[in-house]
Amino acid sequence: MDTAEGKATSSPNEKVISIEGLYKSFGDLHVLKGVDLDVYKGETVVVLGRSGTGKSVLIKIISRLLNADRGSVKVLGQEVGDLNEKELRNLRLKIGFSFQNSALYDSMTVGGNLEFPLVRNVKNLSRGEINKAVEEVLDSVGLLQTINQMPAELSGGQRKRIGIARTLIMNPEIMLYDEPTAGLDPTTCIEINELINEVKERYHTTSILITHDLTCAKMTGDRLAILLDGTFVSEGSFEHVFSNQDERIKSFYDYNFIK
Amino acid sequence: MSSSRKQAFISPKIDQFLLYFYQAYQFLGKFFWELVRGPFEFQEIVKQCYQIGYKSLPLISLTGFITGMVFTKQSRPSLLEFGATSWLPSLVSIAIVRALAPLITSLISAGRVGSSIGAELGSMRVTEQIDAMEVSAVNPFKFLVVTRVVASTICIPILSFYCAIVGLMGSFLDVTLNEKTNIQAFIQEAFEQITFLDIGSALVKAVAYGFTIGTVGCYQGYYAQKGTQGVGRAANTSVVLSMFLIFLEEVAIVQVTNWFR
Repeated sequence: MDTAEGKATSSPNEKVISIEGLYKSFGDLHVLKGVDLDVYKGETVVVLGRSGTGKSVLIKIISRLLNADRGSVKVLGQEVGDLNEKELRNLRLKIGFSFQNSALYDSMTVGGNLEFPLVRNVKNLSRGEINKAVEEVLDSVGLLQTINQMPAELSGGQRKRIGIARTLIMNPEIMLYDEPTAGLDPTTCIEINELINEVKERYHTTSILITHDLTCAKMTGDRLAILLDGTFVSEGSFEHVFSNQDERIKSFYDYNFIK
Repeated sequence: MSSSRKQAFISPKIDQFLLYFYQAYQFLGKFFWELVRGPFEFQEIVKQCYQIGYKSLPLISLTGFITGMVFTKQSRPSLLEFGATSWLPSLVSIAIVRALAPLITSLISAGRVGSSIGAELGSMRVTEQIDAMEVSAVNPFKFLVVTRVVASTICIPILSFYCAIVGLMGSFLDVTLNEKTNIQAFIQEAFEQITFLDIGSALVKAVAYGFTIGTVGCYQGYYAQKGTQGVGRAANTSVVLSMFLIFLEEVAIVQVTNWFR
């Protein structure tokens, strides 16, 4: 694999996520074929790749929504596949997962969505404390006015922001973004990219971001990794990855009109 | 890695059928395990009781009342041949308490509640809302499945009891219009033939049906796949499978009850 250092790794020696020899298949479809990736504290790694190459599968394995067939996935020093229920619950409290379609609970208001993980994971909070936490997080994504609205009443960009806010209320150490700009107009995409950078600065998160969007990758990523045919074929800074002359990678950025 | 397809254990269809039973068994095991260990979602159970129980009242009222009245009307000519129309209250009350009230309530609920649970959880599954609960360290099984099954198991017996009362009211209306019977005489006649075994078996049936509707709806919805098509299938299968199981349970419980009669 072609590798080079990215532009920023605040603590290069502190691995937050470490993946080695990861394999995952669905029946006869082999999606991940020996993936290796290290993510260091405070950095944002953008995983780029064509549809169906297993990018979302990768972050679902990190949060153990899916189990790996083979290989090692360590998050904050813990082997994810070996965790018991209680350990997994404690680890998940440190991980924020922003879903591609936001996955807001459509039977609850925006406020209800935000307080849902909080009231179930933090004991003995008063109503006042819950409301304050919800309002603070909503304010941080600029959508305080939507607190009593239902998810169906929100635009795509607002839903994405609320989805991110719902993860932030638990103050996560790690953020996993699955296609955060998919289906949004260019202006909203830029707003979401800025929000991702704000989240990183304000909450000091380590992130993995899955996207096809090269603008998003350039704006948010400290390091890029290209996932093709089940493995990472190139890894490093934006400039390094896109100076690669491998035809498979060239076709990817040619397609995105950033030659 | 080899790309060869896995060999079927018996045959693909039989394997799939057995796997379905195994998954259902695991699902039930998980339900009872999550039921007895905390934390408990009492507030959500109350909310689901409102959705399943209270919101079913208009439909159950209408169906129960009409069933009682129509059953009385249909039974009268046969009894009239023997000059035994005074038996109408007893006949109707036995039919309603033993069989009609729990069966009608559960069949209506299988349609209204089972499909609703199947579609709601199925939709939550395909839009990743259940995954979102899981990654936010909330137990979706406890919050979504346990609460709905418990609410359904509590509400269907209450609705069955209510259906029986409303059905007897329908019957009384018809009897009083035709036979000029007063309410005291009707009640006395109606309850004379009802035994504790009848009430007990009706209660057991209603609890079993409520549990069936809840578990089938939740199982189909919780494991829904393949997008919106999967949601439709979950809703549809919830109704069909619930009704099928309710009829099987009806036969089994009646058979067992008759051993004690």
